[in-house]
Amino acid sequence: MSAVTPPVTQPIAQRRGGLGRFRRSSWTTHLVLVALMLLWLVPTVGLLVNSFRERADANSSGWWTAILPPYEFTLSNYEAVLGQSGLADAFVNSLFITIPATIIPIAVASFAAYAFAWMDFPFKNALFVLVVGLLVVPLQLTLIPILRLFGPNGLDIGGSFLAVWLAHTGYGLPFALYLLRNYMGGLPKEVFESASIDGASQATAFFRLALPMSVPAIASLAIFQFLFTWNDLLVSLIYIGTNIENQPLTLKVANLVNSLGGNVHLLTAAAFVTMALPLVVFFALQRYFVRGITGGAVKG
Amino acid sequence: MDDLILAAVVVVGIPAVLVGYILLTEQILKVFPERRRARVRPWLWLLPALAFLFVFLVYPAIGTFIDSFKDRRSGDFVGLANYQYVFGSPDVLGAIKNNILWLVLFTGLTVGFGLAIAILVDRVRYESTAKSVIFIPLAISFVAAGVIWQTVYAFQPAGQPQTGPLNAIITTFGADPISFVRNATTGTFALIIVGVWIWTGFAMVILSAGLKGISAELLEAARVDGANEWHVFRHIILPLLMPTIAVVATTMVITALKAFDIVYVMTNGAFDTEVLANRMYQELFSFSQFGRAAAIAVVLMLAIAPLMIANVRRFREQEALR
Repeated sequence: MSAVTPPVTQPIAQRRGGLGRFRRSSWTTHLVLVALMLLWLVPTVGLLVNSFRERADANSSGWWTAILPPYEFTLSNYEAVLGQSGLADAFVNSLFITIPATIIPIAVASFAAYAFAWMDFPFKNALFVLVVGLLVVPLQLTLIPILRLFGPNGLDIGGSFLAVWLAHTGYGLPFALYLLRNYMGGLPKEVFESASIDGASQATAFFRLALPMSVPAIASLAIFQFLFTWNDLLVSLIYIGTNIENQPLTLKVANLVNSLGGNVHLLTAAAFVTMALPLVVFFALQRYFVRGITGGAVKG
Repeated sequence: MDDLILAAVVVVGIPAVLVGYILLTEQILKVFPERRRARVRPWLWLLPALAFLFVFLVYPAIGTFIDSFKDRRSGDFVGLANYQYVFGSPDVLGAIKNNILWLVLFTGLTVGFGLAIAILVDRVRYESTAKSVIFIPLAISFVAAGVIWQTVYAFQPAGQPQTGPLNAIITTFGADPISFVRNATTGTFALIIVGVWIWTGFAMVILSAGLKGISAELLEAARVDGANEWHVFRHIILPLLMPTIAVVATTMVITALKAFDIVYVMTNGAFDTEVLANRMYQELFSFSQFGRAAAIAVVLMLAIAPLMIANVRRFREQEALR
């Protein structure tokens, strides 16, 4: 789902303000902010602590009792979920799903985005308005016909990785097109004009100019699509479903919530396994992620 | 192993095929005179993307619309029977009621918290740290968030030591522990709070970017003229930020209408927490009622349609300014 956001004129990092902005901070500001930060952090900390506790401890006392000595932490929960519960395999499946599902839509979108930005053709605006409209179409509206298309009477690829790659490409395209077209359209006109005067073809202008100049937007998009597909549950649930061999982490853990029920020590470890990679990506590339959200469009 | 080869072929192959396709069409276009070339080329460049959009979004949307007038196996037409079911069955009406609760509370709280935090972090030196903390939940899956909040809401019978922080606090003050999630009175609220925890960072980031666009001199001038902080917020920041707030609110309303993962993982719609998206999944896979599932999807789309129109209109206004 997405919305059209107004263009943000200034990068976030800049303009953190002169002293004028800071002068207004009072102790209540700090108090409220720190309280909110704790409120947002504590749930995740609780999960992390519980995932390192023995079954008996996790079921008989709150996690906050474990952060004081004596420390009795264990790695056995992680051994259990990665081994018996099959999360190690699911982790690999998630990578299998996510990497092509990130690369394909970006590749498909970049050519079309360039055409939308720098070529003239009839119905150009109408077509792009359609793309903007498609940004918000709920996936639910597409499930039944696509299931049929992937089913035994159609392409017969139900439950396969290919099905999920194709679906994610289709679903991710409106946002990819929207973001890339806006970015490419904002590149300086003179660059393309002088390239054209020098006799460069559109293909040359695209590969040598537009694409390299759009790397920041492509990076934002890649992180976005990566996190979106890694964290996706619905698409895998529908198109992979019960094919256990291909289930990604989210689907596996959602099933564990039902089968493991009260086993807090295992569930928390399982949840953390799904979070590990997104958290690394987020902290390493936060800037691009935020730019993807504010840079013209948003998606969830 | 086969999958590994397939994935490698796909990751390298698809971009290579696309590049090859573009270069090949350029070669073929050389046959045509320049004017014809410029007319044909855009469509060749658009073709792969338009094909995906059509096959995965446009065609299935039309298909679902037609299916919503057909029976459970998408066989015979049944008129409006599926819609009669949607607006007549207490289960689906309960889901609609909960979606409205989501729409109002989730949107109000994410925008409210997001705005408050955006304004507060603007005044402190640890702005980026504070933003990161609020933003983290957006990077993790709703499934993981569901598990995280199960530990927050954890419930043990009265008299036993509580393992969830919320009930530990409540019982310290002498009250009885509450089963927040498995409870028809509090269930939906408990799930909405999980959604707010995830999405507030999103609202904050956009609102904060909008806030940075308001000139510091303007705010300073108002303060010099004697306006207090509330007046500055009420009469300068709020009106100037209104377009941004509208954008964020639109996105949040759409998110609220599409809420699925949190409900699916935490309750699967039990304890009066059902929502339309989860109900649609149930109709599809638990009850094999394709017609009814399609009708629910169409209702969802109709609820989102006004926001889609607002989005398109906003896009057109921005384009006019380019």
